[in-house]
Amino acid sequence: MNTLRAFAKAEGRKWRRHPLSAMVRLLCRLSMAVTAFALLYLVGDILIKGVPNLKPELFSLHFTTENQSMLPAIISTLIIALMTLCLALPLGVGGAIYLVEYARRDSLAVRLVRLTAETLSGIPSIIYGLFGSMCFVTALHLGLSLLSGALTLTLMVLPLILRTTEEALLSVPDSYREGSFGLGAGKLRTVVRIVLPPAMPGILSGVVLAIGRIVGETAALLFTSGTVASLPKGLLSSGRTLSLHMYVLSGEGLHIGEAYATAVVLLLLVMGMNGLSALISRKIGGKA
Amino acid sequence: MQLKEKLMRGVFALAALCCVAAVALICVFLFWNGLPFFGKYSAVDFLTGTRWAPADGDAGVYGILPMIVGSCYVTAGALLVGGPIGILAGIYLARFCPHTLAKALTPMVSLMAGVPSVVYGFFGITTLVPLVRRLFGGNGFSILAASLLLGMMILPTVIQLTASAVKAVPDSYYEGSLALGATEERSVFRAVVPAARSGILAAVVLAVGRAIGETMAVVMVAGNQPRLTGNLLKGIRTLTGNIVMEMGYATDLHREALIATGVVLFVFILLINLLFSALKRREAQ
Repeated sequence: MNTLRAFAKAEGRKWRRHPLSAMVRLLCRLSMAVTAFALLYLVGDILIKGVPNLKPELFSLHFTTENQSMLPAIISTLIIALMTLCLALPLGVGGAIYLVEYARRDSLAVRLVRLTAETLSGIPSIIYGLFGSMCFVTALHLGLSLLSGALTLTLMVLPLILRTTEEALLSVPDSYREGSFGLGAGKLRTVVRIVLPPAMPGILSGVVLAIGRIVGETAALLFTSGTVASLPKGLLSSGRTLSLHMYVLSGEGLHIGEAYATAVVLLLLVMGMNGLSALISRKIGGKA
Repeated sequence: MQLKEKLMRGVFALAALCCVAAVALICVFLFWNGLPFFGKYSAVDFLTGTRWAPADGDAGVYGILPMIVGSCYVTAGALLVGGPIGILAGIYLARFCPHTLAKALTPMVSLMAGVPSVVYGFFGITTLVPLVRRLFGGNGFSILAASLLLGMMILPTVIQLTASAVKAVPDSYYEGSLALGATEERSVFRAVVPAARSGILAAVVLAVGRAIGETMAVVMVAGNQPRLTGNLLKGIRTLTGNIVMEMGYATDLHREALIATGVVLFVFILLINLLFSALKRREAQ
């Protein structure tokens, strides 16, 4: 109470002496308040209207027109996320190792890779979807399938994993490498045994962010993984992820309750991923 | 042993080249499939035509000017809504915010960046569209609703990049200004922010890229009518919307026209990317 009164007093003095400054500060505060309000309103709206719609039937293994179950979509999401990570993780981490440990810091190759990675991360997802449908679906004859979707998403999350791994590797002190070389270890052994383990948390937080991107993606999957709602039979069969499921439900306009429920699951997933990533980075911060 | 070292070095180098290969592949496929369209249909008619009617006549009429203008409208609207709020909030987060509050706000902003675009779109359908309908009439699916939603979506990008640009300015600027007798606010806005100018500009440019490229959320609230209109309460179609709406069933020339739409969008994005990296390089100097 006392701090509040002191705060009000200081504010009052400021308004009298420097009205313009006080006004600018108020505008800044208002902007942040509007932002926070927008997010809290969105999350609150979806949780309040969505949680009552979370019925156990929605997690049945079979999708029917009467029961728009989301479990098949959850399973498709998991499969796509797993496949994407299996492809993007080795490429991203390997690439980052080359950039940081092997290549000269300012060589042409490094600059080219950086430039293209930046370009990739700026390309909108609908362009990835368009590319995926031309390349994987049509040219490689993979059809509308989980595999096509995962391949498309691999390109999309590759720059994210590359960049976070690069940062993690760069933060490992050079004395580690020098110590390892001094003891007679080769380059490869130094990288795998000495440099990679301390960089692991950084890489992991990149992976978690990538999972968040994959779970939330819609436009890139619409024309690559397709929108079949039932349980996928294999990697070459079509299946919709949770986000796509939600897009289809809200487009039809008949299943608003189910769409709200799906939104809750999506939102919780994304919140969980964000929390996990923050936890991991705090752990790194604590160690250093 | 030597062999293994060399082999793994090659493997790592190959992995690094994947990014380059990916960009090259995307360019090749997009231009390979999109450019033949301009052999059959005049590029001028395509870019400046005001009618989009794939079912017209034998082959259809494909003019994407309404979509280009539509993309510009919603992007400008998003900037008007999200730009000032985002910049001020970013400055607040970097300079005025008490430490404990910043600890709560920072993860909130990154959560906002992580919310999937379908969820934003759904929020638009269930909240913003009815709001616009109630306040201003019309059916609610409009440029205004799309601008509001996109403005909300670019907020976290603008806030995060503005905050980090402002934080990167040396404290001595701020302290020097304070020592000369300026108030805290005056010091921030007259000494710190001008020094962070190109970083803040980069934040805005990146937000423009996000807004032009955003697909699902816009499709869900913009109404998607391919028409030229200056009325903020009417629906409009964007370049991204054009692709999503019709790609599912398009064939032949129609399909090629959609891919060409993608090429136009891609060129826009490449230009914005170039601008962004130029600004970032200037900031680093």
